[in-house]
Amino acid sequence: MSVPILEIKGLKKYFSQQKAVDDISFSIPKGSIFGLLGPNGAGKSTLLRMITGINYPDEGSILYNGEPFNAKVHNEMMGYMPEERGLYKKMKTGEQVIYLAQLKGLSKSEAIKATQYWFDRLDMSTWWNKKVEDLSKGMSQKLQFVATVVHNPGLLILDEPFSGLDPVNANVLKDEIFRLAEEENKTIIFSTHRMEQVEEICNQIVLINLGEKILDGNVNDIKQDFKKNLYKIEFQEPVEHLPSFIFIKERYDNTIIYQLEEGQHPNKPLSYWLEHNYTVQDYTEILPTLNEIFIELVKNTTTARPFNLEHK
Amino acid sequence: MKTLIIIKREFLTRVRKKSFILLTILIPLLFIGLMFGITFLSTTSISTKKIATYIEHPQFDNAFVSNRSLEYIPLDSEPSGSEIIDLLHEGIYDGYLYIHDFDINSEAQIQLLTSGELGLEFENSIQSTINETVRTIKMENAGIAPTRLHDIEKNSVRLSTVNTEGKSSSSEIALMIGYISGFLLYFFMLFYGMNVMNSVMEEKTNRIAEIIVSSVSPFQLMFGKIIGVALVGLTQFLIWGVLLFIIMIITGLSGFVIDPSVSESMISGASSQDMPIDLEMVERIGLMISQVNWLSIISWFLFYFLGGYFLYAALYAAVGSLVNENMQEGQQFTIPITLPIIFAMVVMSSTVQDPHNNLAVFGSIFPLTSPIVMMARIPYGVPGWQLLLSAGSLIVGFIFTTWMAAKIYRTGILMYGKKITFKEVGKWIFKK
Repeated sequence: MSVPILEIKGLKKYFSQQKAVDDISFSIPKGSIFGLLGPNGAGKSTLLRMITGINYPDEGSILYNGEPFNAKVHNEMMGYMPEERGLYKKMKTGEQVIYLAQLKGLSKSEAIKATQYWFDRLDMSTWWNKKVEDLSKGMSQKLQFVATVVHNPGLLILDEPFSGLDPVNANVLKDEIFRLAEEENKTIIFSTHRMEQVEEICNQIVLINLGEKILDGNVNDIKQDFKKNLYKIEFQEPVEHLPSFIFIKERYDNTIIYQLEEGQHPNKPLSYWLEHNYTVQDYTEILPTLNEIFIELVKNTTTARPFNLEHK
Repeated sequence: MKTLIIIKREFLTRVRKKSFILLTILIPLLFIGLMFGITFLSTTSISTKKIATYIEHPQFDNAFVSNRSLEYIPLDSEPSGSEIIDLLHEGIYDGYLYIHDFDINSEAQIQLLTSGELGLEFENSIQSTINETVRTIKMENAGIAPTRLHDIEKNSVRLSTVNTEGKSSSSEIALMIGYISGFLLYFFMLFYGMNVMNSVMEEKTNRIAEIIVSSVSPFQLMFGKIIGVALVGLTQFLIWGVLLFIIMIITGLSGFVIDPSVSESMISGASSQDMPIDLEMVERIGLMISQVNWLSIISWFLFYFLGGYFLYAALYAAVGSLVNENMQEGQQFTIPITLPIIFAMVVMSSTVQDPHNNLAVFGSIFPLTSPIVMMARIPYGVPGWQLLLSAGSLIVGFIFTTWMAAKIYRTGILMYGKKITFKEVGKWIFKK
């Protein structure tokens, strides 16, 4: 296992009234798409501000490639897109991106080249001389993304990147994020309160609530850990025979959703029905959504803590 | 390095703005245009007012002599009331002056009948003609001949102040320079300080601040902005300086500043043109202007501009970082900064009258007021130790305010949605 690109140990940040971040640790392997999940006010943005070096933690450490934070080196390897978007309204889009790229350490000519590359890539070339205030919300969102990636950062930190984007542009952005992770081996931290977005994008997640980490790990592993042995089976004809080792959860038309008794093999009910000469059309295991897992964990935070899974 | 990029952007976005170009070019042009306009109007288009006179007083017979602005037209007989009112209404005359035979020593009244407002200038001119005539008559009655009177009135002794450095000083010109430079400093400190504040507020409410401080430190952003705006101010001064110099050369005024002998030759040239100017006065002003140490005044002006600007701009930046979307909230934070500037203006206006009193000395050393007050004192000559102390405390002062502002700024710029109190700000300053 190589050194993780980002490792957070025992991070704490207390404000006068609340514990914004309370003893959070996790690590992010290079090249992964990492989801930082939590409801509004969980402490995500505070955590990201510490990761980007904007705020200092009260306690704990943040290591980048195994080294402590050093603004000169690490600012330039990060691209940060905050939740609240911000650009100079009166500045022309091209100039603006060049300026932000220069602040990230690119020379003027490099900055121009990189800006042109990204404008071409995302079909924005015609906007070059437009002022930001003349762009639509979706357009400025795209511009914001370009401003985040223009200096070719190894670590991208995106706070709610899809909010305010229409489905078409959201897909364009999603494809870019996948491409950056897969082809260019970039690491992406993706912060959101919308769990369903994460399931299709992220491979690793950390879930926080009220400043505390309540879960982290690989998305599939987590789902396996939280699965309740729920199965859905669909037949061609009405079913009258039911095995004794299943608990019916739902039943409509020719479909049955049931929970299997702990320790029973999923083939067992299937063979039972086959023996009774039913025609099975569809048979799937129902895995919990992250949203369901989250709600379950938050309902009873103390019992959830033992589930903290240390992966890798 | 990155601070340099910020400075460059802050500078260029302001200088490229239309309003900058307009302000820089237009203000002096407007100023010059106004000056020329006034001169032009007052020399060429003076309307001559026609005043009909009927004089019964024998000693006033030759008192009213027509000049460029007033034409006196004696009437042969006293017109009736309705007659003269008609004449005035028809615009044949602008006024009718009736001088009856009154006792010179009594408190008499002379009536001037006009169709509308004659104008203060004209009324004053008529009044002074009357006064002069009365005085001459009284003198003659007392047995003093008019030629003798002229001798008595011509005062050939003048107070000439020479300071210990052997330079002749002049309070009038010092007062003028002190006042103008003090006022300019007041204006520029406030103007550019506000500019910094607004720009910080814009960055905060636009939320670009968060993106920028993920690349550079908040101090770099604040400092870059303050320097950038200072450069805008200096550029503006430079342009105005060059413009002023060009204009001075064109009008020949520069002679006064560069070489006193030029001014003298100019004045002798002027006298040959037989113009009704008080030559002595012009000569004196010319001499006075030439004796002012312009280099020292301009250097000190720039020093106090930069020092005072840095001091206040840092404070304004801190205030800008405290303001949330609600602009009115910002008001409560600007007051503590604006008050000392206004106090400085008050002290300055007494300083120009009496540059060495205790208040003036204190005001010129205390860094929050020193730029404005000291500039009002410098033309009078200030003891070296006071200048050093003032300059030193200003430098210490702006280092201190910048340090303090940086602490407030780095927290304030990222603080959203919450009303910030003075107490909290105090905590930020003392938090390490």
